[in-house]
Amino acid sequence: MSHLLEVKNLNVKFALRFGELTAIDGVSFTLDKGEKLGLVGESGAGKSVTGFAIINLISKPGYIADGQVLFDGQQLTTLDEDALRRIRGDRISMIFQDPMMTLNPVLTVGAQMIETLKAHQRLTNRQAREIALETLQKVRIPSPEKRLNQYPHEFSGGMRQRIVIAIALITNPALIIADEPTTALDVTIQAEIMDLLQALCASEKMGLILITHDLGVVSQVTEKIAVMYAGKIVESGPTVDIITTPRHPYTQGLINALPGSRQPGETLSQIPGMMPTLTDIPPGCAFHPRCNFKTLVCEMEVPLLMSRFDRARSVACHIKDN
Amino acid sequence: MFAFIVRRITQAVLVMLVISLIGFAIKNRIGDPVRDLVGERVTPAERAEMREKLGLNDPFLIQYGRFVKNALRGDLGLSFFHKKPAVAVILSKAPATLELVFAAALIIIVISLPVGMFTAIYPRNWFSRFTLSFSTLGVSIPVFLTAIMLIYVFSVELNWLPSYGRGEMVNIGGWQSGLLTLDGLKHLVLPSFSLASIMLPLFIRLIRSEMMEVLETEYIKFAWAKGLSRRRIFLVHAFKNTLLPVITVFGVQIGIMFAFTILTETVFQWQGMGFMFLEAVERSDISLLVAYLVFVGVIFVVVNTVVDLVYGLINPTIRIAGRK
Repeated sequence: MSHLLEVKNLNVKFALRFGELTAIDGVSFTLDKGEKLGLVGESGAGKSVTGFAIINLISKPGYIADGQVLFDGQQLTTLDEDALRRIRGDRISMIFQDPMMTLNPVLTVGAQMIETLKAHQRLTNRQAREIALETLQKVRIPSPEKRLNQYPHEFSGGMRQRIVIAIALITNPALIIADEPTTALDVTIQAEIMDLLQALCASEKMGLILITHDLGVVSQVTEKIAVMYAGKIVESGPTVDIITTPRHPYTQGLINALPGSRQPGETLSQIPGMMPTLTDIPPGCAFHPRCNFKTLVCEMEVPLLMSRFDRARSVACHIKDN
Repeated sequence: MFAFIVRRITQAVLVMLVISLIGFAIKNRIGDPVRDLVGERVTPAERAEMREKLGLNDPFLIQYGRFVKNALRGDLGLSFFHKKPAVAVILSKAPATLELVFAAALIIIVISLPVGMFTAIYPRNWFSRFTLSFSTLGVSIPVFLTAIMLIYVFSVELNWLPSYGRGEMVNIGGWQSGLLTLDGLKHLVLPSFSLASIMLPLFIRLIRSEMMEVLETEYIKFAWAKGLSRRRIFLVHAFKNTLLPVITVFGVQIGIMFAFTILTETVFQWQGMGFMFLEAVERSDISLLVAYLVFVGVIFVVVNTVVDLVYGLINPTIRIAGRK
């Protein structure tokens, strides 16, 4: 019963002049082949850092301080640079947030697709071009022959994100990590891109980690959800269960803040306060200053992420029966 | 692309018109062509007659029109001292200066590109730290001092390299070249390094900071996530984007380097345009000075236009702008 990806007790720290900051604190989760997981949380919760940590691509001064990332049984955090390079973009691909910034402005779209293929497979230019054309068709880009020779600035934002998805897809990866893939796009385009991503994951049998702050998107796409707060997972489980019966007060707050849970004209409910910055995470449960249910324990003891109710679900909260 | 070229060339022509206007104004106000022609020993009456004959009493704009017309035919007047057309004097001196600037530019490119990129990729390496502190020093040393120090070390103390002149030369269709003989090349080493020394620290720092900025961009991060090799990321993805701003600066600086040749050529007794310019100043050879001004202007404009065209070739967004 080996998983496609198993993240165990991951710790990411940033070595700064005045000391170390813990950005990711003991994050663990698993993903099976073809499974889709949503990593949800506010900005600064550590979602993106978790995504980059999986392929060991955290920008300095960040580093993985502890923990394991097992991909197909292989430990990635201790792998050497060359072996990692062969996995990045080949078995695990990433999709970035802003397609306006992700593509190199001075190289043609075709060149950026073909170089990805050739970094991982022995192919002639013609073969690589053929595969690039096929992939462009898969992401439904019209007249791919012509598009292949164009530069990124000749594409619209939505089209560019399709190109980025095509680049991520071109090597048939087992896992795609999509870091807020629709945040920078128009609302109408967002749905199109999400549909496309979902369809492709199904047809190519790829695993997906969808990093987003948008619970609405996650609930439509993924099978599992992990909610992050201040560098920790506070609740995880099957999407349906989490959406219908959230257990952690933070998750409840997020779901109540969705526009769908209110009548038009009513004000949206929001969680009071802001997420703490990494420099002053409160003692005990990091969420307690914003929590309506806090007790004395919450202010002193860090709650552990434990299985409750059934095996698939875990919650990190002191309040047992909410 | 065609429209882009046409537009750039139109701009170049406009700039040249302005330069020629300034040049002509100087000549018109300061120079006295009659003296240039006949010397001091002619009576004022005869001079006045000559002025009329030469059209020197015509309105300014008509005279300027005549100046431009002649200039287009390659006639920028006579050099008072050399008793030859000013253009001919300049052309006989130009190869020396062009070779010097060419050699210095080559040195700058060959050294600053790899060093600048290395210091950007490995900012904490001891070599990078050393280069950066050294380059701060380099920027602040004037070129004549560098030249004199180089002469002292390599000519006087070590006696490895000659300290003045151009050495043995080969004549290729009227172009006196020192690039093809060993002696000529030896003579070129010290002057070209002195000339390069002014711009070198600037370019190392420019390339370093541009490259560091590029390395922080999302598309470089994406390139890492695509699993590309270090080589490809640094030499293709980062390099091309680093080059764009550097090319523009390079174009301007090459032009400025022509001006710096005046110092370098004087220290090394290099018989080029800069050396000629100083002589012309001493002899108040106005025609030659103005011709020099226009000639350097032409070089400046041509270099910048070529650089802009090259920039257009590398940067795809510019080509589109030209197509519209």
